[in-house]
Amino acid sequence: MTATDATRALAAGPGGAAPPVLDLQAVTKVYGTGDTAVHALRGVTLTVERGDYVAVMGASGSGKSTLMNIVGCLDVPSGGRYRLDGLDVGGLDERRLAILRNRRIGFVFQSFNLIPRMSALANVELPLAYGGVRRDERRRRALAALAEVGLADRVRHEPNELSGGQQQRVAVARALVTAPTLLLADEPTGALDSASTADVLAIFDRLSRSGRTLVVITHEEEVAAHAKRVVRLVDGRVAGDRRRVPVDAPPPALGASSTGTPPELGGLREGPR
Amino acid sequence: MIFEVLRFALRGLGANKMRTGLTTLGILIGVAAVITLVAVGNGSSKAVRDSIQRLGANTLTVTKSTTGRGGGFGGPGGGGFRGGGGFAGAPGAGSGSGSGGQASGPRTQARDLTMDDAKALVDKVNTPSVKSASPVVNAQQSTITFGGSSTSVGQFVGTTPTYLDAADRRIQSGAAFTGDDVTQGQRVAVIGSSVARDLFAGVNPVGQRFTASGAEFTVVGVLKASGSGSSGFQDADSVVIAPITAVRGTLAPYGGLSQILVEARDASRVDSAQAEVTDLLNQRHDITGTAAADFQVTSQAGIQSAVADSNRTFTVLLGAVAAISLLVGGIGITNIMLVTVTERTREIGIRKALGAPRGAILGQFVAEATVLSLIGGLLGVAAGVICSRFTIVGVQPVLMPSSIVLSLGVSVAVGLLFGSLPAHRAAGLRPIEALRHD
Repeated sequence: MTATDATRALAAGPGGAAPPVLDLQAVTKVYGTGDTAVHALRGVTLTVERGDYVAVMGASGSGKSTLMNIVGCLDVPSGGRYRLDGLDVGGLDERRLAILRNRRIGFVFQSFNLIPRMSALANVELPLAYGGVRRDERRRRALAALAEVGLADRVRHEPNELSGGQQQRVAVARALVTAPTLLLADEPTGALDSASTADVLAIFDRLSRSGRTLVVITHEEEVAAHAKRVVRLVDGRVAGDRRRVPVDAPPPALGASSTGTPPELGGLREGPR
Repeated sequence: MIFEVLRFALRGLGANKMRTGLTTLGILIGVAAVITLVAVGNGSSKAVRDSIQRLGANTLTVTKSTTGRGGGFGGPGGGGFRGGGGFAGAPGAGSGSGSGGQASGPRTQARDLTMDDAKALVDKVNTPSVKSASPVVNAQQSTITFGGSSTSVGQFVGTTPTYLDAADRRIQSGAAFTGDDVTQGQRVAVIGSSVARDLFAGVNPVGQRFTASGAEFTVVGVLKASGSGSSGFQDADSVVIAPITAVRGTLAPYGGLSQILVEARDASRVDSAQAEVTDLLNQRHDITGTAAADFQVTSQAGIQSAVADSNRTFTVLLGAVAAISLLVGGIGITNIMLVTVTERTREIGIRKALGAPRGAILGQFVAEATVLSLIGGLLGVAAGVICSRFTIVGVQPVLMPSSIVLSLGVSVAVGLLFGSLPAHRAAGLRPIEALRHD
């Protein structure tokens, strides 16, 4: 039903060229009214092309969680315009937002957010079930997604039988399984030890190389070091935007390993604009 | 998709079996109580109806009215339904009876009902609707002996052969006494099945002689059991029926008749028979104007509808009490679903973030509540049907199919209704808030 809406929106895109995955124009978000109003976003303009791997960094209170909610279609902006894959999100009702989240966005959360007492397989199948995919097709795609994150042997385990790293990999598989336009990760390594962090980041690198669009919200430099582009938020505004490798190049970690040069971390630091 | 939502609901219920079981129990008890109590009410009204119908639906009972005069007349237990006089409106139209002494003119003398009254009631001209009129005396003495054993009978009735037909008593073995037996005052008797069992254990009673107050009676017939043993009233099979002349000669020599049992020609003519009997007896007893009648004509239909009314009230009350327990069970569902929704707020947030539409969340929780109440309802129906197979406080419950359908329907509706409030709360949660919930 909405797939056709989206297709129509895509087809209507200017010049027939693929529109950017994310297109935020002067997006603002205000919580509350009057004296108690909190300006979480003060006009964020950001465009993310297909295939990019963007790290959004910022201290707590910088508005990065609010940005994540808006980008993830969990919340609507107070002002400005947000297009996801060429589709203006501003005018959509709750039902359409739900469908948009289901088909276009894969979420990875800091706290995994797997549903307890459901096997890894059932968790990964969940978005497909809400998307109305047939049972056998669902099973096939969920198994493929779990294999992609290296958990083919853990499909029957429930979340409490899996380690933190394994749970986060299940969450990544769940985010991937619908083949979304955008993979949106919120502090994906915040609750993981260093070994599991490396596992998850390696998966992200592979996904990026295979052409997926990733937006990772983080405050860890280590995570940002894997991104092709680093955006810094300060007080609800974009304070820095640095591209480390071109959109169509492999992510820096993989690119570095192929050329033998270690990834450059020092260059990430940048003053406010 | 609907199937998926149902599967999520079942999974949710399975996750907390103790809670699911207890909530189901609430509904189970409610439904079982509705079915059982309605069946008990229904069973008791059926028992009353049966015992009234045993007297025959198209009969009238004429009794001497004791209003304004005081003092009982008949023997204990006599008259069968003398108490029926308490149902206002039962006496014949225009008779002015039953209104008490103070409103009526002075009565110097209340006449007894006589054999002549009974004879006069069968008349083609004056009482065309009357088929038969059987005079009845109830003997004071009700202990009878045979050989070394004795038993006490509920009723010792002296009457004419037409009584058996009017009271719908059938002969199982032997024969009824005849009109000749009545004229000749033969000491013969027809006994009820309980008497036959208690007194003549192992012997064929027909042809045997028993003693009552020193008088010997020969058993000529045994009545078919009326099956009223558990009706809560007196045992209708504990009865001895003998010719009225024989009983008057021996056991009840004094006074008038206990009652006259009048049988109408058919059920549709009971009302006209009642009017005719009232008119005729008014004439014979010189009741005119405002004078209170010294007799009462009571129709079984009147008693029956009064008893049926009171029984219906009784059944409705029982059902209402049970319905309250069903309501309490429903509130239990709401309560537990609210807890579930709060407890699973985060899960709801995750599902919404993954693109679950509002309807899917709503459906999941409504389905959970409905499955709870449906399981409880089905188990409750089973429990209610099983309970209704046992005799409860002397009443054999009679299942009402409508009560099963209704209580099951109500339990499912309760699930839908009481589950929808928590489900709406769940579906209305905003994903970012739900995700932030711990």
